[in-house]
Amino acid sequence: MIRFENVSVTYDGAAEPTVQGVDFEVPEGELVLLVGPSGVGKSTVLGAVSGLVPHFTGGTLRGRVTVAGRDTRTHKPRELADVVGTVGQDPLSHFVTDTVEDELAYGMESLGLAPDVMRRRVEETLDLLGLADLRDRPITTLSGGQQQRVAIGSVLTPHPRVLVLDEPTSALDPAAAEEVLAVLQRLVHDLGTTVLMAEHRLERVVQYADQVALLPSPGAAPVLGTPAEIMAVSPVYPPVVDLGRLAGWSPLPLTVRDARRRAGDLRERLGGQDGTPEVSPVTTAPPQPEAPPTSRLRLRLRLRLRKKPTPAPTTASPAEVHALAVRRDRVQALRHVDLTVAPGETIALMGRNGAGKSTLLSALVGLVEPAAGSVRVGGAVPHRTAPPELVRRVGLVPQEPRDLLYADTVAAECAAADRDAGAAPGTCRALVTELLPGVTDDIHPRDLSEGQRLALALAVVLAARPPLLLLDEPTRGLDYAAKARLVAVLRGLAAEGHAIVLATHDVELAAELVHRVVLLADGEVIADGPTADVVVASPSFAPQVTKILAPQKWLTVAQVREALA
Amino acid sequence: MGVPPLERSREWGRVGAGGTPQRRAAHPTRPHQRRPTLHPGAWWLWALALGTAATRTTNPLLLALLITTSAYVVATRRPDTPTARSYTAFVKLALAVLLIRLAFAVALGSPVPGTHVIATLPEVPLPDWAQGIRLGGRVTAEGLLFALYDGLRLATLLICVGAANALANPARLLKSLPGALYEMGVAVVVALTFAPNLILDVQRLRAARRLRGRPDKGIRGLLQVALPVLEGALERSVALAAAMDARGYGRTADVPAPVRRTTTALTLGGLLGVCAGTYGLLTAEGGTYGLPVLLAGLATALAGLRLGGRRSLRTRYRPDRWDMRAWLVTGSGVAVATLLVLASAHDPEALNPGVVPLVAPALPLWPAAAVLLGLLPAFVAPDPNPDPDPAPAPDPKDPS
Repeated sequence: MIRFENVSVTYDGAAEPTVQGVDFEVPEGELVLLVGPSGVGKSTVLGAVSGLVPHFTGGTLRGRVTVAGRDTRTHKPRELADVVGTVGQDPLSHFVTDTVEDELAYGMESLGLAPDVMRRRVEETLDLLGLADLRDRPITTLSGGQQQRVAIGSVLTPHPRVLVLDEPTSALDPAAAEEVLAVLQRLVHDLGTTVLMAEHRLERVVQYADQVALLPSPGAAPVLGTPAEIMAVSPVYPPVVDLGRLAGWSPLPLTVRDARRRAGDLRERLGGQDGTPEVSPVTTAPPQPEAPPTSRLRLRLRLRLRKKPTPAPTTASPAEVHALAVRRDRVQALRHVDLTVAPGETIALMGRNGAGKSTLLSALVGLVEPAAGSVRVGGAVPHRTAPPELVRRVGLVPQEPRDLLYADTVAAECAAADRDAGAAPGTCRALVTELLPGVTDDIHPRDLSEGQRLALALAVVLAARPPLLLLDEPTRGLDYAAKARLVAVLRGLAAEGHAIVLATHDVELAAELVHRVVLLADGEVIADGPTADVVVASPSFAPQVTKILAPQKWLTVAQVREALA
Repeated sequence: MGVPPLERSREWGRVGAGGTPQRRAAHPTRPHQRRPTLHPGAWWLWALALGTAATRTTNPLLLALLITTSAYVVATRRPDTPTARSYTAFVKLALAVLLIRLAFAVALGSPVPGTHVIATLPEVPLPDWAQGIRLGGRVTAEGLLFALYDGLRLATLLICVGAANALANPARLLKSLPGALYEMGVAVVVALTFAPNLILDVQRLRAARRLRGRPDKGIRGLLQVALPVLEGALERSVALAAAMDARGYGRTADVPAPVRRTTTALTLGGLLGVCAGTYGLLTAEGGTYGLPVLLAGLATALAGLRLGGRRSLRTRYRPDRWDMRAWLVTGSGVAVATLLVLASAHDPEALNPGVVPLVAPALPLWPAAAVLLGLLPAFVAPDPNPDPDPAPAPDPKDPS
């Protein structure tokens, strides 16, 4: 259905091809997963299928890409619109009209389908994706998961034979992600649709794939194979594969179910060794960071802290929220929320899209005013405190780290951050060097990868050394390596005494990093407790290792590895 | 408002099993009726007709009646969408216009000869070349009243446009364009959404300034976020263009070359005819040939557009229908405008009350009754926000 024949793509101004030696075929009716670390050209390969690369992006494509027998060299994206449906990373930039129903019809209108056919397909798609209740709603008022479903629906209505998806579940909570994936699986099984999809969160998708195409490193040719074969050699792999490699299972299990069947003796070994499996290692003490860059960072931070007294009052606890209620656009975003954050504590806010996680973070930095109740951050009321004063008490890295960056070079950004924070010149730059080795001064923040940009924003916020650090969806778009670096950095900061609150959908990150999980639903706290207790109790928030080794309470592969060693 | 929309959206329990066919089949989907809407053209014609009526009178009582009429219809019949909330913005703008008009009357004086002096401002002596302009001086009640009447007329006009905006999204109006103009229409719609998105970006980035420890208010803050905002908007536009291209925007059918050439000739020739005809109508010499040339040009251009529609493959999904209600709504607006035009010709004093001598304006009975015709849409137009309860009972407010 999709055929790459020795394809290489070189963008204008680039010395090296972004991808080369791409030579494989996706047969009709298969779901093929494209995996690899960040920046290996996954999006380029996907763009080549819809013809947007190189017709829209520019650059030179060598070789040949054919989709359903049509050569993308001679067919523009609009002439492929009836066979290829494409959904990019950001659903919001995909929408042309303003209501759900019109959006679903837009593609069919362009293709000139008959009105009665359009009507029928819109109704079918609304039911297929569970959007019937939202049909008249303006798209901007939908939650992230709903928008993602509308975006997929809008390319499904013309009945394309090929679906190309770039990270369809990254922005979604676990339940919404499973919904989207269930829909994709149904399309593949019932309608014979061919799906080519890139995704970082392998733990969510790898079991659905018929084949996996691995791009191992930038410029390297892709390797195609069955999921189990590829996962055995891949540099990126989900926790279930990690556990399988650790235990030496062959062939590697890809699903929790397969792994559970094999895990009997592993459970025995762990149970016999540990003796008290119901006590989780995480609750006893926060794991110490091992990565060398982090310890250097800690050392520097400690030196700097010793040099200067902390300007913020240290007597008050980093954050105290009492009976907080917030209204936003006539919607009760938060109601009666209580939360206390202790120094050195790492907390994850979890819950579905639109549950109020971001609102709670915004309230903590004074971006929204409470309708009732009180918020105290280091003893100050955030929305009444002047910004220069507030940054020494609390720092937030927003969902889109780019929002924090104004300057056109990394050096200028750092200088501005030092001025804003009243820190000694060079503070921020030193942090950037620790977090992002190898980033030079003159790079434009927009040219950094997602993970690098996050690290830069983190450094900018840390320049003021806030005792409370907030992160909104920090792992969106990060690969496993970048995530591991982030975990190491955050552990180091927590050990320094920074309190960290992160809003996240990433259960594996929560399992790895946090001491306490606060579960929100419809603006209310529905669970608040140690990570092991909260996530183990919930089927949708339990990490893979927990599911595999239940009823023993293990959270991460690292813990299991330590226990076995 | 009942349940917040986010709560209605997804039940917590549908974890993982959301997509299985059995589960979906067990979920009875209720038969849907599209949110009833009126053709957007009808709303715009109605509102513009009320605006036209407002230009025929300076009687503050009639103008107030016009504003009340349109506001009542907006209050009962506006849908719950972001554009509908722009009505308050238009009301504020109208108020600002009124105040500015009054401020000018105070500062620059008024040509209306008045005897009731309210206050005397110090007059600024101006050089000879600025003769005829006055700064400061006497402020008379007559002058102020005249300015108030005049400003109120303009404010009414603005509020009527605001009503049209609130009742029917201008983007929906563009959807009713003929096929040949559709692509242009989409470009205009995308451009129209650019501004609101830009404002959202500015708000978001100004909030982000607070996170950097910089004040989030003031003009300097606005200037500093200008570049990132524009960069972001540009990036989004490019992403949108890519998405539109990938979804088939701009696909054309193969049309034989003669047809294509005829289309171009007809459109260009027609537009030239329209220009020449308009010129003829506006100049004294061209009184005889102006109208025929204009009409011929219009007809040719329309034929060109119709032929050009053949190149477009597009079909319409559930186009807005021009039904009986649309006729009634348009008719009520046009009736108000016609009756007021007639009244202003018949009885100019009642519709344009004098300010010298200073008298309270009287409400002319028949024109007032005519204005009340404009309330018809509040009763015949469908309610855009039916009860969220799916009960099939007809809306009690809707007699039809």
